[in-house]
Amino acid sequence: MATKRVDLKTYLNESAPRLSQRLPDGVVKVLNVPWVGWQRIGFFRYLVAAAFMATIPILMDKDIIPVINGSFGKSILFITGYWILLSLGLSVVVGLAGLLDLGYVAFFMLGAYTTALLTDSGSPDQFHFFIWPTWAALPFAVLVSMGAGLLIGAPTLRLRGDYLAIVTLGFHEIVRLSTNNLTITNASRGIAQIPNPQVNIFGLNFDFGLENEYYWWFLLIPAILAAVVMIKRLDNSRVGRYWTAIREDEVAAAAMGVPVVRMKLWAFVIGASTSGVAGWIYATNLSFIAPNSFPLLNSILVLCAVVIGGLGSIAGAVLGAILITTLPEVVRELSGGREIFGFDPETGRIAIFGLGLVLVMIYRPGGLLAARRRRTELAEAGLADAVVVADTTTVDEIIDDRPAQEDEVH
Amino acid sequence: MDCNAGLIGPTFITGLILGAIYALIALGYTMVYGVLKLINFAHDAVFAVGSVGVFYVLGQWFGVTEPMSGVGLIFIIPVALLIGGIVSAGGAVVLERLAYRPLRKRGAARLSFLISAIGASFFVTYLMQQSFLLGPGKRGFPNFMETSTTFRLFDAAVTNKRLLIFITAILCLIVLDRIINQTRTGRSIRALSEDIVAAQLMGVNVDRVILTTFLIGGFFGGIAGSLYGMQFGFVVWNMGFIPGLKAFTAAVLGGIGNIRGAAVGGVLLGLIENMSAVCIGAEWKNPIAFMVLVLVLIIRPTGLFGEKIGG
Repeated sequence: MATKRVDLKTYLNESAPRLSQRLPDGVVKVLNVPWVGWQRIGFFRYLVAAAFMATIPILMDKDIIPVINGSFGKSILFITGYWILLSLGLSVVVGLAGLLDLGYVAFFMLGAYTTALLTDSGSPDQFHFFIWPTWAALPFAVLVSMGAGLLIGAPTLRLRGDYLAIVTLGFHEIVRLSTNNLTITNASRGIAQIPNPQVNIFGLNFDFGLENEYYWWFLLIPAILAAVVMIKRLDNSRVGRYWTAIREDEVAAAAMGVPVVRMKLWAFVIGASTSGVAGWIYATNLSFIAPNSFPLLNSILVLCAVVIGGLGSIAGAVLGAILITTLPEVVRELSGGREIFGFDPETGRIAIFGLGLVLVMIYRPGGLLAARRRRTELAEAGLADAVVVADTTTVDEIIDDRPAQEDEVH
Repeated sequence: MDCNAGLIGPTFITGLILGAIYALIALGYTMVYGVLKLINFAHDAVFAVGSVGVFYVLGQWFGVTEPMSGVGLIFIIPVALLIGGIVSAGGAVVLERLAYRPLRKRGAARLSFLISAIGASFFVTYLMQQSFLLGPGKRGFPNFMETSTTFRLFDAAVTNKRLLIFITAILCLIVLDRIINQTRTGRSIRALSEDIVAAQLMGVNVDRVILTTFLIGGFFGGIAGSLYGMQFGFVVWNMGFIPGLKAFTAAVLGGIGNIRGAAVGGVLLGLIENMSAVCIGAEWKNPIAFMVLVLVLIIRPTGLFGEKIGG
């Protein structure tokens, strides 16, 4: 990473557009092969990612990746998986659109409860709405989560940013406490016996029992990859640039004709969608959900994952989720369940992650894996404070590691 | 709705007392907001730290466990309030120096302040949960004052503790109102809340005034923490969370940044909350408080009295 000093005008003319859009590879464009569309999404890269993710359980079986605490070690894969989905969704809201959502897990909870209420087959003391196949509940879980995003977003997104934070926090508590009190949701007893999904492909019947821990991971792989593709594509589209504009300066964005409220609503709704999927997977995996499984703490932990990983960076959101879920397990394993310097591994991690938030904000505002676009912005941040001098002002541009030939494409 | 008429009086009294505590905590939110235009998310931890400070100093170091009477009692009440206030004020100052000032110097985005404050709050809260501090359970607050009914009002017992809370809260509010409106420091604080750049150009030491604002807000938060401990008789690691959120609601209800508004908002929220507990059901107490918050923000985001520090 070398830095070069460039003229501001040159920088704005040449680098800024390049940073905000991914151009297709020139060669493919010339040949115009039918899968140019696949190429645009980076299909093969995702195929490699999927293959890598699919080998993780095999590596765990062969003890190349150490499995912690026997069976729980395998379910950590599942836990990490749905946390990745959550942190990807929240990274759209917080990282891309810059809206601080402190009640994100409420959407997750709504997704899980929708699934539970639609498919439930058990609990005698419980309200029976429908008994649907598990798969049929998936789109509804997603829709309910997105609808909740719309519902909480529509009246509150006109508010200032910090008010939004507190309203979403209140929203989480309202949802959790209401679920805890209402008879429809079986109050604090929760809903049990949510059926596992069944998969029949080519006559092969996969039963997603708890004993088949890895099946769930294979279910999560396409969900995670789909979320990544969706977010990447959105980020590189006009919508993504709108979000960036809103995040950086809402007033200026509105003045430039960005439909601010509509775009914020989109961020909320799209962010909520992955939590709907995660909620469905969570409910069907555990077969039992109760209001206490969704404490406010989890909303904060998802935020920790997004911020520590890197705001607006997809890789960062994934890394953050992995850290949040696996770090305490690793620490617990290393310490043999004992306290370390008086810190309990389970609750002490939250203190450490809290400290992490402060430190990241002070020393590395972009997070561990800062988004490339944001990295460039942060390099300019010094400029924002100074009195802006036109044309002659120079900025430090961080040269990205893209190969030189790509520059010739445009 | 099955409001029992006989319960209205006692509910009113408990609501009023709870509201007085909310109002004291709300001062911290509202002052910081008035000056920095930021929600101090870590104020709940500041409040809790004050209470825990009294627990450690009086309960653990000086071993105060027996209820006192006479001169001893008259001596120990202000001491307990002061300890809470000083510990919290110290906590708030440390918070400002470590979690706010570096960001302010860099000119960071608003989002960064909020995230930093949430991080600080969680750090302190979960630090207190560790076994070398409070541990996971409730701990008894030093019981130096025996509860006794001073007099009865509307069929409700007004205990000495409730009276103490009410009088202290009123005194604190008067003192703060005087500080803000009649002292030099208060004038600087008002100047900052009007226009931070203009105030700086007029020679106001911005850093020091912001620190003072945190200090004053923290001090009253600590007094509230001390009173809270006396009234409910325990300290616990996450004790700040719910009162903090309620106090924030109170501050917004009265108009955040507005000190008199915080007082009215606190009492109003305490009353709404307790009345709904009686009329609808105790389990709906917290959801209703949060719904009030959401409704106020949607319908009238500037609160009942508008956002203006000082009278």
